Amino acid sequence: MDVRAQISMVFHLDKCIGCHTCSIACKNIWTDRKGAEYMWWNNVETKPGTGFPTKWEDQDSYRGGWKVENGKLELRSTDKRGTVANIFHNPSMPSLDDYYEPWTYDYGELFNAPEGTDQPTARPISMITGNPMDIEAGPNWDDDLSGSPVYAKNDPNFAHLSDEQKSQLFAIERMVMFYFPRICNHCLNPACVAACPSGALYKRGEDGIVLIDQNRCRAWRACVAACPYKKTYYNWQTGKSEKCILCFPRLETGQAPACFHSCVGRIRYLGVLLYDADRIETVASMDDKELIGAHRDLILDPNDPEVIAEARKNGVHDSVIESAQASPVYKFVKNWGIALPPHIEYRTLPMLFYVPPLLPVMSSQEEGGLMNDIDELFGDIEKARAPISYLAKIFGAGNESYLRYALKKQMAVRLWRRAVTVGDITKEEAEKALTAADTTPEEADEIYRMTALCTFDDRFVIPPSHREEAIEMLEDPLEYKQSAGFGFRTGPRRGL
Amino acid sequence: MSEQIISLEDLHVLLFVVLPYLAFVIFLLVTIQRYRRQTFTYSSLSSQFLENKHHFWGMVPFHYGILTVLFGHFVAFLIPGTILAWNSSPIRLYILEVTALIFGILTLIGFVNTMLRRYFDDRVRRVTTAADWILYGILLFQIATGVWVAIGHRWGSSWFASNAAPYLWSLLKMDPQIAYVQPLPWAIKLHIVSAFTLIAFFPFTRLVHILVVPNPYLWRKTQVVRWNWDRSKRRVS
Repeated sequence: MDVRAQISMVFHLDKCIGCHTCSIACKNIWTDRKGAEYMWWNNVETKPGTGFPTKWEDQDSYRGGWKVENGKLELRSTDKRGTVANIFHNPSMPSLDDYYEPWTYDYGELFNAPEGTDQPTARPISMITGNPMDIEAGPNWDDDLSGSPVYAKNDPNFAHLSDEQKSQLFAIERMVMFYFPRICNHCLNPACVAACPSGALYKRGEDGIVLIDQNRCRAWRACVAACPYKKTYYNWQTGKSEKCILCFPRLETGQAPACFHSCVGRIRYLGVLLYDADRIETVASMDDKELIGAHRDLILDPNDPEVIAEARKNGVHDSVIESAQASPVYKFVKNWGIALPPHIEYRTLPMLFYVPPLLPVMSSQEEGGLMNDIDELFGDIEKARAPISYLAKIFGAGNESYLRYALKKQMAVRLWRRAVTVGDITKEEAEKALTAADTTPEEADEIYRMTALCTFDDRFVIPPSHREEAIEMLEDPLEYKQSAGFGFRTGPRRGL
Repeated sequence: MSEQIISLEDLHVLLFVVLPYLAFVIFLLVTIQRYRRQTFTYSSLSSQFLENKHHFWGMVPFHYGILTVLFGHFVAFLIPGTILAWNSSPIRLYILEVTALIFGILTLIGFVNTMLRRYFDDRVRRVTTAADWILYGILLFQIATGVWVAIGHRWGSSWFASNAAPYLWSLLKMDPQIAYVQPLPWAIKLHIVSAFTLIAFFPFTRLVHILVVPNPYLWRKTQVVRWNWDRSKRRVS
């Protein structure tokens, strides 16, 4: 057992209102620079929809993530020899047009235009060429356009749905959508790290954050092609790849990452998980259907004395273990089993989990009051406007059982709270629903509190980073005086 | 004959003794210093992201062409005797020469494509610096004279082995013998001079990416983890 700590995340999709505040917070801090304008380390997509970059989930064309061939785990984009052979032109590299051409407006025209009878306009200007351009796409171009034949119908997760299910999704007045905020998943088996020819990408040992060493990146672009979530971006100005850094300078000072901190819907949770690094490769090579369970088993119980002993032996600080014991992520993923990894079939073992949306609210139940029959209520999950098989494509690698479990439990919590606060359902019936959903009134209350009444400190349990002790563990700190700092200080110029 | 400012002899010394040493000194000092002080600037500065179609037709023929051609030069420099022996049979000589010419032309085509793409694609032109254009000029000259030599002055593989290789070795041994290069035709001399110019200019350009090609990649572990402390040497308190 090789116990390591990983800062992990949960996004509660039922709470996401799609306001993009997270994206803006991130953009203002990290990517408001030349070469990075088109990057959205955090973005929010409307599902069903094509996402950003367009149709990123279609790995037949983007070729991201891992595949298992002859029992061996291999990158889909290229194997090692292929990377060297294709280093001059990466065949799986997305281009700017797969994202969008960043633009600004020629605002000066509004003031400088000669007096005339027509209203002066600010034309869109490309932020790359500086030329006037026609805007054809943007980072959230299909925002709220679910049901549209151009965007939603091209969602790669529909490929397997029957015509009946498809027509169900696009019928007027039955259309459904939910928001899908995405950041880097800081995976346990990151494809971007494995693909980098320069070894510039790495996972931080102490907290599992995946970073790109800007000094070692040589613009071979393999990480951009390899990441199935398309969360590494190529900076066309500096000639270096960049990605979400989980705001590590904020985490190290005990602050939540900007997107987490600013989240209006309070959908985001962050905490430490302990996991067994020895079994990563075995788990990542498993069958699609077993992946979610095996991935979940990789996460260790932070209260288990054996795990604690092994963690200590591995140098995990006691305060980090304590933090893992209080982790809200552990509760959602392990205790309650209602948070699921996105597209686990890419086999990168993402450490960002989503509570699947319990959509839509059951308006059909209105006439004659709420239906009391438990079978009917759960039956409704099956008949939900967003077909379970569609959601399972995103959150279950096609395995519907974990998704159904998570939805049922959330529904039972709703029924239970309805019984407690409104009372038009009897507690007996609600308890029956809880039992059927494998939960108890106590757990239901806990889930309710963590979902609806959670405070800042409930949502973010940030482990102390102990960077000062990192050196003390090894050497006399006095010898290392003046050697700490924030890396290199030259400006990110292009070339010499 | 009117008075010359500089005699031909002096010119040869300047171009084939002073220039190469100067070039190598600049190359060594600047690449090392740049790597130490400005590691960040070591990048291939790929523009595939901005333009993904023509990129293939420039980069792939150019790189495979020039790698093969450079490899040929290097082999002839290392084992000139073997090359001469190989060339003693005309058939083998033709095979070698035709191969070299094909890859030379491949390089030229790829390079011209690359230049055209640089110039005509708006996005790519925006990320092209003055240093890039100077480099393109020198490289184009270098490749064009190379192809011209291959066509106009036949059996380069043989005279490279008999003349250029000993000359380069003499440079390396710090005992420059320009007698080897003096009788060569002017096209070849230009090719040599432009090569040294390129070496001198190399550390100031994007060419430094050649020095940081991914060599440990094929041997390293799949995943990279960096610890902020040494796991093996941890102090047990």
